Amino acid sequence: MSKILIRGARVLGGDPQDVLIDGGTIAAVGTGLTAGDATVVEAAGQVLLPGLVDLHTHLREPGREDSETVLTGTRAAAVGGFTAVHAMANTFPVADTAGVVEQVWRLGREHGYCDVQPVGAVTVGLEGKQLAELGAMHDSAAGVMVFSDDGKCVDDAVIMRRALEYVKAFGGVVAQHAQEPRLTEGAQMNEGVVSAELGLGGWPAVAEESIIARDVLLAAHVGSRIHICHLSTAGSVEIVRWAKSKGWDVTAEVTPHHLLLTDELVRSYDPVYKVNPPLRTEADVLALREALADGTIDCVATDHAPHPHEDKDCEWAAAAMGMVGLETALSVVQHTMVDSGLLDWAQVADRMSFRPARIGRLAGHGRPVSEGEPANLTLVDAAYRGEVDPAGFASRSRNTPYRGRELPGRVTHTWLRGRATVVDGKLV
Amino acid sequence: MLRHLISAADLSRDDAVLILDTAEEMARVADRPIKKLPTLRGRTVVNLFFEDSTRTRISFEAAEKRLSADVINFTAKGSSVSKGESLKDTAQTLEAMGVDAVVIRHGASGAPYRLATSGWIDAAVINAGDGTHQHPTQALLDAFTMRRRLVGRDTGLGRDLAGRRITIVGDILHSRVARSNVDLLHTLGAQVTLVAPPTLVPVGVERWPCDVSYDIDTVLPGSDAVMMLRVQRERMNAAYFPTEREYARRYGLNGDRMARMPGHAIVMHPGPMVRGMEITAEVADSDRCTALEQVTNGVSIRMAVLYLLLGGNEPAVTHTRTEEK
Ligand SMILES: [Zn+2]
Repeated sequence: MSKILIRGARVLGGDPQDVLIDGGTIAAVGTGLTAGDATVVEAAGQVLLPGLVDLHTHLREPGREDSETVLTGTRAAAVGGFTAVHAMANTFPVADTAGVVEQVWRLGREHGYCDVQPVGAVTVGLEGKQLAELGAMHDSAAGVMVFSDDGKCVDDAVIMRRALEYVKAFGGVVAQHAQEPRLTEGAQMNEGVVSAELGLGGWPAVAEESIIARDVLLAAHVGSRIHICHLSTAGSVEIVRWAKSKGWDVTAEVTPHHLLLTDELVRSYDPVYKVNPPLRTEADVLALREALADGTIDCVATDHAPHPHEDKDCEWAAAAMGMVGLETALSVVQHTMVDSGLLDWAQVADRMSFRPARIGRLAGHGRPVSEGEPANLTLVDAAYRGEVDPAGFASRSRNTPYRGRELPGRVTHTWLRGRATVVDGKLV
Repeated sequence: MLRHLISAADLSRDDAVLILDTAEEMARVADRPIKKLPTLRGRTVVNLFFEDSTRTRISFEAAEKRLSADVINFTAKGSSVSKGESLKDTAQTLEAMGVDAVVIRHGASGAPYRLATSGWIDAAVINAGDGTHQHPTQALLDAFTMRRRLVGRDTGLGRDLAGRRITIVGDILHSRVARSNVDLLHTLGAQVTLVAPPTLVPVGVERWPCDVSYDIDTVLPGSDAVMMLRVQRERMNAAYFPTEREYARRYGLNGDRMARMPGHAIVMHPGPMVRGMEITAEVADSDRCTALEQVTNGVSIRMAVLYLLLGGNEPAVTHTRTEEK
């Protein structure tokens, strides 16, 4: 593999430095580096980050290849600056056996745009009744460490307790989609002033918060670690903050869209804004930003949820829930967190690479940008401004809420173990 | 005037009064030997009903026919919709038939708004009830009924409902009628009080332009009109209230309670009335109850809305008022 010299990049947003990649690793970081036979990438003014890691991606394969495949999803990930994604288990069939997780893992390896780390289901068929073979999935080639029934909540307290206990044997983590099912029957959007006016079934914040409260207590009781998916309310933040203050091993994620969009947008009845958990209020958005800034929320996770056009081009009630997010995640984080002064780029690296890799126990990702480390890197033109045009997405789906919206920043290059997957913003 | 009628909240005071005044004109047509105007001759109106409502559909159909429109009734039951055809497909099929207006009833809140704003069709869209969201022509016919009874049939022309105190009792949470009425009555200057058990009041109601009470008995003596909403028995099974008997005791309108209303006050009901739980037979059959007038007025209101939305520039009815005297 050839050498690459990234010249004059602001590593983690710091002073300009050169970074030399040799094969799959970072050979040197410094100033005035030279390498006669290296391909030179002029990166003056651009920000160099460790390759981004997503803890929460829906790749839809197997079963819904009309929405996304491992190939198209990992291409979208590379364009978004990701070098590793966790593929959620709610596929058809459900990823609840060693066979399915290995299949997804192998597809990721074959395509090579980013590493695909499958998430295993907690329960058979996501039905919340019987534990899936968590150990077999861990022992498989896929080496599953994160388990989630995402899309559904593990609402049975006993099943949740057992899952938390069981994965301790191999250091796994349960990632909970916190949604009390009875409190959200028929729910279509955040419960509040907007739902009251629009006549859409309300999805109360307490349906999320009550499950998080229960689960952090359960995790503390059995001494296991737990990860809370896509926090969406100010109250959820308070519970996680309290759990962390107790010293419990609780981590949490927030999606880019919950850092930016509010339920006011649902007034359009445009299903592009229909998502689970639902868009909440301005006060929730501000609390989530603050919590990501102070570290209460550990990381950003996209909850990339591709759907074909026809599943969104309909009335609100009939529409599928979810948004694509891989290709716009970094721009939304820059817009909401960096440009507003809440995070610097080193902290973005922490929230979008170091911490998610650590939560997923992902070796080789979320590593410092320094000599001897794997060359998983992302180069960002933070000065770029442009409108989002989903026509150019690498994802198979176009269900983005940002169509036509101006967002800052653009990933110009992505390297996976020293091999460029994106050059000048284009897949290679 | 607006191009579509999706929500009562979209109507300005002047729009609403214009519709009420036009409906008075339309009502006079009903008194004629030939109850028909040529106004919409050559225009096609589709009644697109994804949810059963014979009353509303017949009311719209009567209005359309009195205006000489060509009427197509499309009910989703037994149609291709039940085989999975989407709202969009159905709408585009109708568009291809050259439809001028679509009257839509749909179980999903927001479906008429989607239809009007998605670019699927060009026709005017009239919301005939969507989910638990809006039913604007119901609110208009209710306001029309109140203006006639509380202000006067002729003296009411050009006027709104300023200062009138209206009470709406029942399942506010699931009621598009309540939502539409709160919006329109506020626009028309009335003071609205909602009365219901707290389980049937939506979270977020504090931002609505109305008061909320859990106690019907304190509100009735100060009400000019009391609108009783239908309470479905299924709500009991979903634990919104304990038993029918308890609901009737705490929130039902019976003869004793009606006697505590001011002498001029009226009792309204959007229908269909199920005598028992929310309203006793004694109240339903009293001459203070306007339920049947509301049905009659519904046709006049829908004529007015269709006429105005489909671009009526000339007076809807060519006779002058002196003819009638
Ligand atoms: Zn989820």
